[in-house]
Amino acid sequence: MSKGKVWKYGNDVNTDVIFPGKYTYSVLDPEEMAKHALEDLDPAFAREVKSGDIVMGGKNFGCGSSREQAATCLKYAGVQAVVAKSFARIFFRNAINQGLPVVQCAKAVDSVEGGEEIDIDFSKGVVETPKGVFDFIPLPESILRILDAGGLIAYTKIKMRKEKN
Amino acid sequence: MGQTFSEKVLSAKAGKSVGAGEIVTVSPDYILSHDNSAAIIKEFHKLDLPRVKCAEKIVIVLDHVVPASSERYAQNHKEIREFVQEQNIPHFFDVEHGICHQVFSENGFALPGKLILGADSHTPSYGAFGAFSAGIGRSEAASVWATDEIWLKVPETIRIEMSGKLPAMVFAKDVILKIIGEEGADRANYKAVEFAGPAVRGFSLASRLVMTNMAAEMGAKNGYFFPDEITLAWLQDKAQSEFDVVVSDSDAAYEAVLTYDISAIEPQVACPHTVDNVRAVTEVEGTPFHQAVIGTCTNGRVEDLKVAARILKGKKIHPGIRVLVIPASRNEYLQAIRDGDLEILVNAGCLILNPGCGPCLGAHQGILAPGEVAVSTANRNFRGRMGSRDSAIYLASPATVAASALEGRIADPRKYA
Repeated sequence: MSKGKVWKYGNDVNTDVIFPGKYTYSVLDPEEMAKHALEDLDPAFAREVKSGDIVMGGKNFGCGSSREQAATCLKYAGVQAVVAKSFARIFFRNAINQGLPVVQCAKAVDSVEGGEEIDIDFSKGVVETPKGVFDFIPLPESILRILDAGGLIAYTKIKMRKEKN
Repeated sequence: MGQTFSEKVLSAKAGKSVGAGEIVTVSPDYILSHDNSAAIIKEFHKLDLPRVKCAEKIVIVLDHVVPASSERYAQNHKEIREFVQEQNIPHFFDVEHGICHQVFSENGFALPGKLILGADSHTPSYGAFGAFSAGIGRSEAASVWATDEIWLKVPETIRIEMSGKLPAMVFAKDVILKIIGEEGADRANYKAVEFAGPAVRGFSLASRLVMTNMAAEMGAKNGYFFPDEITLAWLQDKAQSEFDVVVSDSDAAYEAVLTYDISAIEPQVACPHTVDNVRAVTEVEGTPFHQAVIGTCTNGRVEDLKVAARILKGKKIHPGIRVLVIPASRNEYLQAIRDGDLEILVNAGCLILNPGCGPCLGAHQGILAPGEVAVSTANRNFRGRMGSRDSAIYLASPATVAASALEGRIADPRKYA
């Protein structure tokens, strides 16, 4: 992974502020979804985010609705990973299923200011910030395979093809 | 060491004994989706499969934007109807039925011991009937349609023991808001919540649904009530399939056991913009607002409409505010008509909307303008949820919302007991 600039937010960043409900059935193209990413939390985000940037949150990131667009819009906005103290369950699954890496590392979150650059090594399970290097528990192998495939649909496709042969 | 309810259901499904923390691959009994079925269909088509694997397990209920409010929504509904026909999906409920969680329950899919997945975050609702039910995303739903399996982590369980008796004008909604306020929005993240104790025996199924529905707001993967004689009697003429009552062992291991004396609870209000920002109604009494909402998958059932009607009978809502009433389903709607409650509400000045999600998720039917405030019986008050980013939502019981509608300001319902 390459270095990425951090957009840092607080606790309980919910799916309504990540991707407002009014768009859930009207904005269907992922590139269009990206234009509304974090709209009700930080209107500047979608305009200024660069490919490879990292979104950071406190505890319970992604709480609320099951809408998968909350992960999709971040991914298509160019976000390379989300780092948080903890993730709400459905967002955590949706992010992996969209091929958006999620890292749970409270110490890294505490050590970083918005705008700083950090580096994430997923295989070693470390986040490198200007203040130090912090460990996190890497995701289980079975889940990394979904991420590596680029998301659950791609993964299921590969798996079904293998089972057929 | 015994097992919790959740460990037992997932062990039975996995075909081996499993405990909290283990990951299992399992096949669900039912999988629910709603208007988002259009998006799930798109994902499903990416898999290049001619047919879904188990059409009879799929339950689709159109409820989020019904009837369609734009060409885009109409197109989504149309694609869903076409897919239902093409795939011979037997359990399809079109726009006239009501909110998915109510329709799913009324039609006997929410059964004790069943493993239910839903592409909706309030799927934990079915724990009210003793089912294991959890929310999932769209890609996962498409993948389950294709493969009939999913990976799940066996959750730890928090047991909430409730004792005492609810005071007048205090309801299940106040209890769950109190719990969420004290425990926090992420207290049960990735965990099961078991509602137990002598107090719950007195709870109606509608009240249990309020609590399992809102368990999602403390992060819960699933909620659970022991299916007692009230549950079994209700299911008697509704159950879609055979079922087994599954209960936690008396020596099961819990992550925590929390105790609440419900006799001591006052009416509660969740203030903007998080569900765990909870205060007693006495602390926010007098707050002005513009729109009241009585409905949603949390509080749109007959017992909710009845308490609102009791408060508003023979009176008029405060001038200058608007009150939207949305029965949770056609059945609840009909019963409220028969009971005379809707007539009372209409006479009081309320606007009755068709069964469905209404304005809860900010898509139609009562969107808030900048600066406007709503008092709602829904389950979420996140910034911008019901419309403008600069609007605000207070959550409360139907009694508190009805009392507030009378006064035009947030009011304590106990004075109308």
